[in-house]
Amino acid sequence: MTRKTRRLWLVIACVACLGTAAALILRAFSSDIVFFVTPSQVMASPPPKDRTVKLGGMVVAGSVHRERRGETPVATFNVTDGQAAVTVHYEGILPDLFREGQSVVAIGTVQPSHDFTATEVLAKHDETYMPKEVAEALKKAGKWDPRFGPPPSADSWNKMTVQDARKNTATQPASN
Amino acid sequence: MLSPELGHYALALACVLAAIQGILPLMGARRRDVRLMALAPGLAIGQLIALLTSFLCLVYAAVTDDFSVQNIAANSAVSKPLLYKITGVWGNHEGSILLWALILGLCGAAVAAFGRNLPSALRARVIGVLGLVATGFELFCLTTSDPFARIWPAPMDGQGMNPLLQDPGLAFHPPILYTGYVGFAVPFAFAIAALLEGRVDAAWGRWVRPWAVAAWCFLTCGIAMGSWWSYYVLGWGGYWFWDPVENASLIPWLTGTALIHSAIVVEKREALKIWTVLLAIGTFSFSLSGTFLVRSGILNSVHAFANDPARGVFILGLLAVVIGGSLALFAYRAPSLTSGGLFAPVSREGALVLNNILLCSLCAVVLTGTMYPPFMSLLFDRTISVGKPFFDATTIPLALPLFIFMGFGPMLPWKRAQLWPILQKLWVAAVITAIACAIAAFRLSGVLPILCAAAAIWIIASTITDVVERVRLFRAPFATSVQRARMLPRAIIGTAIAHIGVGITVLGLSAMSQAQHKIVEVPIGTTEHLAGYDWTLTNVKQEPGPNYIAMVGTLEVRRNGHLITVMHPSKRSFNTQNQTTTDVAIHTNLLADLYGVLGDKHGPDNNPTYVLRLHYNPLAPWMWLGALVMAFGGALSLSDRRVRVGAPQRAKSSAEMSAAS
Repeated sequence: MTRKTRRLWLVIACVACLGTAAALILRAFSSDIVFFVTPSQVMASPPPKDRTVKLGGMVVAGSVHRERRGETPVATFNVTDGQAAVTVHYEGILPDLFREGQSVVAIGTVQPSHDFTATEVLAKHDETYMPKEVAEALKKAGKWDPRFGPPPSADSWNKMTVQDARKNTATQPASN
Repeated sequence: MLSPELGHYALALACVLAAIQGILPLMGARRRDVRLMALAPGLAIGQLIALLTSFLCLVYAAVTDDFSVQNIAANSAVSKPLLYKITGVWGNHEGSILLWALILGLCGAAVAAFGRNLPSALRARVIGVLGLVATGFELFCLTTSDPFARIWPAPMDGQGMNPLLQDPGLAFHPPILYTGYVGFAVPFAFAIAALLEGRVDAAWGRWVRPWAVAAWCFLTCGIAMGSWWSYYVLGWGGYWFWDPVENASLIPWLTGTALIHSAIVVEKREALKIWTVLLAIGTFSFSLSGTFLVRSGILNSVHAFANDPARGVFILGLLAVVIGGSLALFAYRAPSLTSGGLFAPVSREGALVLNNILLCSLCAVVLTGTMYPPFMSLLFDRTISVGKPFFDATTIPLALPLFIFMGFGPMLPWKRAQLWPILQKLWVAAVITAIACAIAAFRLSGVLPILCAAAAIWIIASTITDVVERVRLFRAPFATSVQRARMLPRAIIGTAIAHIGVGITVLGLSAMSQAQHKIVEVPIGTTEHLAGYDWTLTNVKQEPGPNYIAMVGTLEVRRNGHLITVMHPSKRSFNTQNQTTTDVAIHTNLLADLYGVLGDKHGPDNNPTYVLRLHYNPLAPWMWLGALVMAFGGALSLSDRRVRVGAPQRAKSSAEMSAAS
């Protein structure tokens, strides 16, 4: 075997492996990526029914409702980004850090009725820590600008209007 | 005596010593000044002593509840058990950086202590490079993450530690994982030293390999412990979440695995030299950027300790200097390294090259999956996440050929091999694999789990075949086989054990794809059926703990009426943080885990119902057991006589020389 053919083998092996890797990545990107959506996006343009998405926002205070269907625990709660609220149904144990008025991320699918069926509900390890995605979504919704101090009290998210939010952020620097 | 100020001073002293260690020996090696080069070991040991003092001061402050130290006030409390006061030292950002620096100091001192037989210039350079890296991290610690910063007024009690971290598994997980990460600094330093010297030869491969293997063993154990921790602490029944932090440890593990294999080729055939140097640089770069990008919160992760921009900028600068500098040096000097000969595709070295290509492709896939979401959110302002479905679909098809080649790669002779005789030897293994595949097809569902299970059996069967062939079991008289087995080099036994460990892990992973679970909300006394077991919740009571109150359930598990086990899953409420944690109850018989989680209590107090989550996890312990077996194999090959005796000398007649001495 000449030097040239040996080198050719090496090149073929490299190209084959990296090519396969790239093909697998591209194929998986088209089907297995989970997009993050906010409640207002779900209401405005819901993703297809079979597409798994991540929904993030604040749990509306007073909206958590637990019941038992047969022996299966079902939790129902509303998630809001301050502009729209989506009802989430979840069969299972809510995480230890799940609280009303605090941020949450739910993974699942959107039903035609715009309700969200979650297969997984995540609350972050650290109770003071707001997931980056949720913070971004709140910022985009015009509810909170991180330049003007910490997020306002979580209980007020669902009741607050955009005007309130503007007022809050406008008055906060003065009060500090 | 062990005051925080002393600790702070010792840290600053260590930083200065590290800087000197990074400058003088390198200058000495360049000028061939023996006196400057001889400074290296002393400085490395001095730096270690200073770092140890500093670390002890922090531990002392934590144990004695010195809440005037900000770090301790924020992360400890009087009511915290002693063990967690000690381990809590590295449970936060500042302390973990100090631990990182301490382990780096240990590595430097280890090179100084065990590297006596290295050529003095190489040793001086290696220690010097380690000193430069240490300087950077100790400066980072001093300037942006000072663990000894005081606060005034000092609070009466600390804020306490995140209860999730109060766990023996997590207490020892960071030091082991960090030793793995930081351990790759030594191969990195060897690579930089080789580039500075402009020389890589078989001896270099022999020197660098034990360090890489040692680091790899620690990293393997560290990853396994982390996975085990998330399995039994988080209570989700999962063992790997493809979280950025987990991927950050997997990526250097993959390149590190490639490194310990390619270094064999350098050692035996003086080929793949430039590639091995690049892998050594790459592995440490991934270790560094992985941990620090994650810790700085640049990658969004549940594990991120801190989101401090000043730290982020310092870390990015440091990474740019370390990685950019070493890659620039590589680009500048690598062409001057003599490249080894090319070799036949069908040969041991050919198989090792294939191993490297596949491992690096895997690494590329995991890296893409980890980095794609931050890039998307940075460039296109779209928040996406990449999870288990993506990684399953991409990594398993790439891992399968790796597993198949793992089977007969070690049987191929060096230089030039015939494939056919090897395959003939493997017919028994092939038959066993075919049977296993049939059984798996019957028991498991899903194409990929079946193929993975078959591949795992193939790895184990062919590895055992290899050992059987080597000792000529069944061919020669039994006594001869035993004699041959005794003579078998430990490196070969170690390799076989490590490969079997991979098989065990893969078998566990494929069986776990069939795990069953059930979530129910039941009153006391109800019996549930899952996976052929009857689970009865017989009692739930309140129990106070040292710094929490627990709600403890009693779960009796029966099979065909026979009591298998009584489990006590509980839920703890911590008073300091107003936080609850779930304490999973696990019963294992090594073939399967019964896993019970107690959830919330609902309903009126006279007739409450409890949420229960029950899991049946087949072969779950095998995943971590396999990792331990891998690490054991690595450790065994480290104890090989050839590593200890042959390694030090560059001369060809090394074996005779050390035998004579």
